[in-house]
This record gives sequence, C-alpha cells and structure tokens, in this order.
Amino acid sequence: MTPARRKRLLLIGLMLAGVGVAVGFALNAFNQNLMYFYPPSDVIAGKAPAGHPFRLGGLVSAGSVQRLPDGLTTRFTVTDQVKSVSVEYTGILPDLFREGQGIVAHGRLRGDGVFVADEVLAKHDEKYMPPEVAASLKGSHDAATGTAP
Amino acid sequence: MMPELGHFALILALVMALVQASLPLIGSFTRTPAWMALARPAAWGQFLFLAIAFGALLHAFLVNDFSVLYVARHGNSQLPVIYKISAVWGAHEGSLLLWVLILGGWTTAVSLLGRRLPQEVLARVLSVMGMISIGFLAFLLFTSNPFERMFPAALEGGDLNPLLQDPGLAIHPPMLYMGYVGLSVAFSFAIAALIGGRLDAAWARWSRPWTLVAWVFLTAGITLGSWWAYYELGWGGWWFWDPVENASFMPWLAGTALIHSLAVTEKRGAFKRWTVLLALLAFSLSLLGTFLVRSGVLTSVHSFAADPARGLFILLFLSIVIGGSLSLYAWRAPGITRGGGFELLSRESLLLGNNLLLVITCAFVLLGTLAPLLYDAMGWGKISVGFPWFNTMFVTFTPPLVLLMGAGPLTRWKRQDPAALLRDLRLAFALSLAAGVAAALPWLTGSPAAGVAVALSLWLVLTLLTALWRRLRHRRPLLRALRSDFAGRGSRSWYGMWVAHLGVAVFIVGVTFVTQFDIEKDVRMSPGQSIEVGGYRFRFDGVVPHPGPNYRADRGTVTVFRGDRQVAQLHPEKRTYLVQTRPMTEAGIDAGLLRDIYVSLGEPLGGGDWALRLYYKPFVRWIWLGGVLIAIGGLLSASDPRYRLRVLARMGSRAAQQALAAGGAA
Repeated sequence: MTPARRKRLLLIGLMLAGVGVAVGFALNAFNQNLMYFYPPSDVIAGKAPAGHPFRLGGLVSAGSVQRLPDGLTTRFTVTDQVKSVSVEYTGILPDLFREGQGIVAHGRLRGDGVFVADEVLAKHDEKYMPPEVAASLKGSHDAATGTAP
Repeated sequence: MMPELGHFALILALVMALVQASLPLIGSFTRTPAWMALARPAAWGQFLFLAIAFGALLHAFLVNDFSVLYVARHGNSQLPVIYKISAVWGAHEGSLLLWVLILGGWTTAVSLLGRRLPQEVLARVLSVMGMISIGFLAFLLFTSNPFERMFPAALEGGDLNPLLQDPGLAIHPPMLYMGYVGLSVAFSFAIAALIGGRLDAAWARWSRPWTLVAWVFLTAGITLGSWWAYYELGWGGWWFWDPVENASFMPWLAGTALIHSLAVTEKRGAFKRWTVLLALLAFSLSLLGTFLVRSGVLTSVHSFAADPARGLFILLFLSIVIGGSLSLYAWRAPGITRGGGFELLSRESLLLGNNLLLVITCAFVLLGTLAPLLYDAMGWGKISVGFPWFNTMFVTFTPPLVLLMGAGPLTRWKRQDPAALLRDLRLAFALSLAAGVAAALPWLTGSPAAGVAVALSLWLVLTLLTALWRRLRHRRPLLRALRSDFAGRGSRSWYGMWVAHLGVAVFIVGVTFVTQFDIEKDVRMSPGQSIEVGGYRFRFDGVVPHPGPNYRADRGTVTVFRGDRQVAQLHPEKRTYLVQTRPMTEAGIDAGLLRDIYVSLGEPLGGGDWALRLYYKPFVRWIWLGGVLIAIGGLLSASDPRYRLRVLARMGSRAAQQALAAGGAA
C-alpha cells in the first residue's frame, strides 16, 4: 500500500467513524423525541403513555372552557365526540382557540387523568381542522354508526 | 378578456420552453450553430410571455376581477394595494406562477451575462433550464391554472390570510424563490457539464457566482422569514423547526456546502464529483421544498388523495428530475478525472470536513421533516418530531463546524505543516477558551451554553483577525493596505468569506444569548398595574378600540420604565380582520442592539383586565444581524471581478491551450 493511499484510507476511516457516531447518537435522540398523537378515546382506554409527553387532539367541547381563579390557567375538555379528556393550560391561548375549534395540545397526563398541556395549537383559520383530529373524528363517527372499522 | 390573455400567454411560454429545451440541446450534439443560437431568443420569448401572464393575474387582483376563481378566493376589494400585489403569490397557483416567472428571469440573466460562454455550454445550460420550466408550466396549466374562471362571479373575494398582510411577508416569498430557483442555474451548469463530459476549473468558475447569488437570496429570504415570524406571530419565537422553515433551510445547508466545495474545485480542481453531486442535491431539495410547502402534503399525506392529479404530477416530476440527474451522474461520473491530491492536513481536507458536517445536518433535518409523513404512510402511527431534537442536532454539529471554520482560512491548500498551524492558532485558541470559561462562571452568567457560545464566537473573530493580519502584515500603513488589497483582483471573494464568517459569530451569540437569558412572562394585568420583568417595569395603561383600514383593533398601551426613566411606550394590538373574521396579535416591540422589549396582548379577562405577554429578549437582533452579514459576505464574493466573463474569456483561452497541451501529452 502506497503512503498516499494509506493516508486517504485513514482520512476516510476517520470520517466514517465520525459519521457513524453522529448517526447513532442522532437516531437515539430521535426516538426519544417522537411525540405520538392520541385522540381522547385512546387516552381514556389507557393507550396513551403515562409520564411521557404526547399530543392530544380533538374539538374543544362547547361550554367547557373555564378560567381558574389564578387568572391565567384555563381548563377545558377535548372530545372526539365519543370520549372527552380534561385539559389544563397555564398561559395565553392562541388567537384561534375557541369552543368547537379543533386543536392539538402537547403535554402529559397527570395522575388524576387531567392532561396538562405545555402548548396548545389552533392553526390556520376557523374552517381548518388539524388532519389528525379530522381523521380521529371520522373514525369515531364510523364506529358510532357501525359503517366501518 | 385579460385572464384569457394571461392563460394564452402561459401556453405560449410553454411552447417557447419546449423549443428552448429541445433544439439547442440537439444542436449542441450535431454542432449546428443555428440551432444552438435558438436558446437565447427562446429564453427571452419565454420570459416575455411569463411576464404577460403574471401581469394579467396582477391586473385581475388590482381591478377586483372576482370572476377568476383564484382572485375570488384570495383577493378582496378592501385590501390595500400592496397586499393586492402580494396576494398574487399568496397561495398555491399564483406562487407557482411567480416561481416560473423567476425561473424565466434567471434564464434570461444567464443568456445575457453568459454570452461569452462557449456556445455549446450556453446552449445546454439554457436547454436544461427550459426543461425545468416545462415541468412547472405543465404543472400550472394542467393541474393548477390560476386563470380558471368561476360562474357566476363572486361579489366579493375571500381575502388574503391576515397573517400574510404584512410588508415583511409581501417580499419574503419572492426572496426565497429567487434563492430556490437560482439554485437551478447551478444545477443546469452541472447537468450541462455532465452531458458534455467537461468538468474542470472553468466550469466551477462559471457556476460559482450564480450559486453565490442564489445562496445570498436564500439567506436573505430565510432571515426575513425568521424576523417576520418574530414580530408577527405574537409570541416572540424566531425559528420553530416547522416543516415549511425546514423546506427552505435544507437547500440552504446544501447550498452552503456547495459554495465551499465549488471553491475547492475552482482553486484546486479537486472534489469535482462531489461538487456536481451537491449541485444536484441542492436544487432537488429546493424542488422538494417548493412542493412540500405548496402541496399541503406536510400537514397530511391524505391531501395527496384529495387532489390526486397534483400529487401524482409532483411525484412524477420529482422522480424525473432527481432520478434522471442521478442516472446521468452515475453514467458520467466514472469518466471525471481526479483533481489535485492533498494531504491529511490541508485546506481541502478541512473543507471536506465542513461539507460532511453540513450534509449530515441537512440529512437529519430531512429525516425530521419527512419522518411524520413516512410514519403516517406506513401506518406506524401519527407522530411529530419534537423540536428539542432539532435543537440537539444543531447544538451537536455547530461547534465542530465552527472549529473548522476558524482554522480553514489559516490553512494552506494541498499541504499544511501542523506545527505552523498550531503556532498561528494557539493564541486565538487560548484566548477564546479562557473567555468562554470566564463567561460561564457563576458570577458572570453561570450558563455553560453561554460560555461555549462566547468561546466559539471569539474563536471565529480572533482567527479571522489573524488571517487578516497575515494578509496585510508586510504593508504599511495598515488602513491604506487594507483598501488597496480589497480593490485587488481575486481578493473581493476573500473579504466576502471574512464578512460571512463574522456573521456566523454574531449569529451564534444572538441565538445562544436569547435562548439562555430571555425572560418570558404571561401575566394578568389591570389598568394602572405595574410588573417588573428583566429589570424593566411594565405599566399597563389599558386598552382602547382603534379602527384600521380592513380590520378592527383593540389597542393597548404599555409604558416601560428602567428605574424612574421611561424607556418606551408600546402599543400592542389585537386585530380582527373584517372579511375572514379571525383575530390577530400585533406585538409592541422596543428594539435595541442589546435587547428587545416585547409586549403582546392575550385576551380580555373582564373588568378591563387583560392577559399580557411581557418578554425581555437580549441580543435577539444579533440573529438577523448575523444573517444580514452572511448575505453581504456572499454578495461581496459574487462581485469579485475575476468572475466577470471578459476576464474569464481571456483566462479561458489560456486554460484551453493548457488543456490542449495536457491532452496532447497524455
């Protein structure tokens, strides 16, 4: 093996090792940062992970929004028309948050079954429905009428 | 009448594109000068018809022609004129029209500035650009016609999304598109070179200024978008790792790798295959970005099903462009000659490291952006990738990149003596390490992240100063030496690098300090009440109604004090736009070089009380200042006189003679 070739091999080897470490590290971190989406029915059925953050989505139930005495914490229920989950959020809600609106909340489940959100998203316009929410509503509608699984 | 004229012009533009894509390419093989010469007038004709089509759509918006479906959806008679103009590219169809118009503009620019290029090279470049244009025009005409009529005509338009009614966002998409589309020039030069089998330093020198200018637009567009998000979305964020942002960031990363790799190819003739591959990659990512953002695939794969024609077309187009160019590459790459060799420690190997890091970062951003789509399509569940992941990726890959960035300009091409490099770097290394440790001490900031940022930025600044000193040290007086050196041939691009790298140092300080030390408080306030945040006292003076041209607003007044001195009076607003009846938050910002004070209104809580966001954001301006410096650096580099073709033509003939001589010897 010529010295030039050995050097080139060394360079390639060093780079491959670096890339390998980086990829392994990144994929590991990737798995820890995946946030799954669950509709309220799955949460009530206990399918959502306890203690791990996930996304909860559905419609804000009419008449459910109430403000706690501290002035900035809001409690409301999110429903997929079959089951509902209580959600608590401290802070300023997005401009488009209102009853009947489809929303997605990031957060985790507390021991008493209340979903504590650290972020509430209500995007785009009043006609917009987050796609996951639309799909889960369609699913629960089909289940209720017995048309499709 | 006008919309039909626009539609017809679009069809004619497609015809022109067909001519531009086919005959010159064939002529370049059969060596028929007349056919090759068709490329330029065809490009001009195409641009003219595209301009007419765009003008027709603009006219429809200006005269409120709500018989055009697109105008009826996104226009409104009450819109201020500037937003009637920006509404043209406010949604899918119009933004695609803007895309091809800009492509036509770049093509025309290449045809004018590149007339001294060898005829068959210019013919091939223009014909590849014509092919891209065919794809987009066909997509427009067959699936997304902006001139489609509706009957009966609407009485009033559906209005432009209020978020887009902002001067920043009126110019953001055109900027970004200038960047996306500009990368098509680098792509076309690469494809033309692959077709001709002539990949040499001359090729790199031709495509380098184009790539730089496109990259400058991309940088400016991204910076502008980040600034817009900060002041317009009302919660003070400046980057969200949103798929739409990632779509513009990926071509930027690939483009950054490309301009560095092109430098090696131009100076040393090395990395040729890699450079070509990057040029293909950068443009493919721009295409992916354009379609991802505009097709709505990102919010759900099901939107493909909602409009199967568009989805199918996009998939087909992407696979032709990416698959076709990669096949060509695979076929031609083995024939590309090896460039100059280099040692383990050399500027080439450092730049190779830089390229590798940039491409890995880009690959991870791509993974994070497409993973939700992939999971959904495979039925593995609905996921989203949390943005802590993106941040971790970034924090991991930036420090090694910056270390290389500091050492690069002080390292020689081909072979560097390690001891000499250490001698040059040790002072900068010691000083920045010491400053970083000091900054992280508990009684200064107490934040290790801030320490790392200070060390990295100082490392960049000090190595840049060292490099400047080495350039000028034998000349006196320094200031005059600097001026004459700057004016010299071939040094403009060096100073461009200098300014752009300085921009990175500024950017790092901004990002780290604002994430580490910002203070955000959501509070409930009654009129007259004061709250202290970050050493400033915020007094809430109540909210009054305030009418706007096409919205109603509640306008708050917040007076900010530092000690007893009044610093600012801010007027955050809560607007309700009359047509789409959606609320919008308009923040009140007191901007400063060292800190921003940011106030936005939440919602009324009864009895005159409001929920308010009170933010103190140190160094946030440095983020965009860094972006601006990076863009200025790119412009400086691109304006280097050595890229002007008259100069190139002289050098080209010499290079051709050398190549001939070399070919004869081989």
